[in-house]
Amino acid sequence: MTTCVSSTPGAGNGSVAVSFGMPTNPLDLCDIDSFLSEEERAVRDSVRAFVDDRVLPIIGDAYVEGRFPKELIAGMAELGVLGANLPEQYGCAGLNNVAYGLIMQELERGDSGIRSFASVQGALVMYPIFAFGSDEQKSRLLPSMAKAETIGCFGLTEPDYGSNPAGMITRAREQADGSWIINGAKMWITNGSTAHVAIIWAKTEDGDADGHSIRGFVVPTSTPGFSAKNQKGKLSLRASDTSELSLQDVHVPADALLPRSGGLKSPLMCLTQARYGIAWGAIGAAMYCFEEALSYAGNRVMFGRAIGGFQLQQARLAEMVTEIAKGRLLALHLGRLKDAGRLTPQQVSLAKRNNVNVACDIAREARRLLGGNGILTEYGAMRHMENLESVYTYEGTHDIHTLIIGQAVTGLSAFE
Amino acid sequence: MKIAVCIKRVPDMDVRFKIAAIGNAVDEAGLKFDMNDFDSWAVEAALQIKDRDAATEVVIVSLGTDAVQETIRKALAMGADRGVELKTDHIPFDGLAIARALAAELKDGGYDLVLFGKQSADSSNGVVGAMVGELLGLPLVTAISKLEISGQKGSAKREIEGGQEFVEFPLPAVLTIDQGLNIARYPALKGIMAAKKKPLEVKPAQLGAQTVTVTQMELPPERAPGRIIGEGVAAVPELVRLLQTEAKVL
Ligand SMILES: Cc1cc2nc3c(=O)[nH]c(=O)nc-3n(C[C@H](O)[C@H](O)[C@H](O)COP(=O)(O)OP(=O)(O)OC[C@H]3O[C@@H](n4cnc5c(N)ncnc54)[C@H](O)[C@@H]3O)c2cc1C
Repeated sequence: MTTCVSSTPGAGNGSVAVSFGMPTNPLDLCDIDSFLSEEERAVRDSVRAFVDDRVLPIIGDAYVEGRFPKELIAGMAELGVLGANLPEQYGCAGLNNVAYGLIMQELERGDSGIRSFASVQGALVMYPIFAFGSDEQKSRLLPSMAKAETIGCFGLTEPDYGSNPAGMITRAREQADGSWIINGAKMWITNGSTAHVAIIWAKTEDGDADGHSIRGFVVPTSTPGFSAKNQKGKLSLRASDTSELSLQDVHVPADALLPRSGGLKSPLMCLTQARYGIAWGAIGAAMYCFEEALSYAGNRVMFGRAIGGFQLQQARLAEMVTEIAKGRLLALHLGRLKDAGRLTPQQVSLAKRNNVNVACDIAREARRLLGGNGILTEYGAMRHMENLESVYTYEGTHDIHTLIIGQAVTGLSAFE
Repeated sequence: MKIAVCIKRVPDMDVRFKIAAIGNAVDEAGLKFDMNDFDSWAVEAALQIKDRDAATEVVIVSLGTDAVQETIRKALAMGADRGVELKTDHIPFDGLAIARALAAELKDGGYDLVLFGKQSADSSNGVVGAMVGELLGLPLVTAISKLEISGQKGSAKREIEGGQEFVEFPLPAVLTIDQGLNIARYPALKGIMAAKKKPLEVKPAQLGAQTVTVTQMELPPERAPGRIIGEGVAAVPELVRLLQTEAKVL
């Protein structure tokens, strides 16, 4: 052990701005904050304070233990992050989509697993109930989901049908009395073992190859024949519950059906909501990595000077801050389009694809800048880097979004 | 019961400051501002009383430029009922001037409790709450870390050197809040939306004459860089020698 203080990273007053003598806020070089309203900033700051106080101190250990930190759920609900862009009449915060995006950004600044929990609950379970549910389903489920008294999961992906959900095998058969019997298996289901209800997407006709008969069902996970099994061996999103679901003759009443769901378009509409949040969230992870790298570069002394003074590290930091600024502007622009009711799924594909991709690069470069310390859980970069590999793959892989954008600009589908 | 909480907007203290060109003030460019921590505990204390249905109204008062509206709205988002901005073009250093302006606002408000943080993070004078107590002619307890209110009586705990002090007082009273009383709640997202619709009144601050001013500000001298004198046990004698002869701390 050397008795040395001056080169200990993270020591000192943590003042990033001063060590570089910068006049402006290095975390917001382009002053993007000035495009946010006071309420939007207040929402962001409140969630950021929550993440700083409650998530960051525990997330490294939870990640290593491979444990979703359930103890955060109550606090998240109290803060109001679950389904925050849904109307107040259902006990939700009724925020606009920019404020909602900022929530995702801040949660994922903590960890992609925490953001995934909120994304699934809000965009993949509360949203379909809101969009396709009956009034009875909405008033019964949404307020209790906003309070996290009811937790949900979203079962679309199957072992043999990932990027191509139209091919799904899960089948719901209507009985004479209007009730349904569902059989099938779902895989990679976030919140699967935690959930009280599962939105299960199933075909309702035989011989349906294009998925036109797909409908959504609200299935209580306590229904006989329903089981969830934690997926072991993950090297990514370890602080998240990812489970396999098995449905064997699961018998649900007629009112389990989401009456206004119909066709593959319905789950895809949910995914558009969640992907919109991911476009913000991934940038939150990148912001954390940049902040960490910047602080480290200012404090770590090698060859007699802060490594932030070396051109190679400055190139890394300049690249990061540039891509973050672009990603934030893109996400913000999409948010304004969404609030104006003009957002298209193709625009969401473009933003999800770009922002997750740059976040992956930024996390990796941050990890490298941190040297040996970069592989420790004490720092966030490698955890984010590993997490973002899941984010790159779920909600439409990077490749699939490439094809969606390709189709949007050429008019030619590469899928068929 | 009606409670007033006086709050100050202060810069985030986690940065090293620069001195403005005029030489007697901090350069505010690029600084982040938020509610003074001690004041946020005062807001929380008031809201906890309100949560028990023991208070009917919690009013937030802040003296400063229009920028304080953001800080007031944060308190409204936490759950306070309405806000008052005592508007001025800058917050003076003279605590008595500030206290007079606050007392003028508070005196006819019918408040049973007036809460302050024990000091502000930026100027650290710790005088405004006490001066307001004096100007209003009310019982004053400073730096409390525990509070109980029942009916028209209150009791509080103060941490003192080597012990604790328990104090009783009648209402109305003025209290200043120390660390440890509570943990301030986060403004819930619904609260942030609701805060937009809560009343926030803007009035000119009646500061009156200011007798104390800051003439000059200086940054502390740069600390010399650390030095590695050796490793492990072998380095101890040399370390002791240097602490005696060079640092002269032993
Ligand atoms: C941690 C985690 C959580 C998840 N949570 C959920 C959840 O909550 N609910 C849910 O329903 N699903 C969830 N998923 C599933 C996720 O959406 C799928 O993994 C994803 O859609 C990809 O499917 P797949 O894994 O079967 O890969 P595949 O579809 O088999 O893809 C394999 C590779 O082939 C590429 N590929 C596929 N088709 C084409 C093509 N036409 N052209 C070119 N390349 C192609 C892909 O880009 C990929 O590189 C989750 C996944 C993970 C990892």
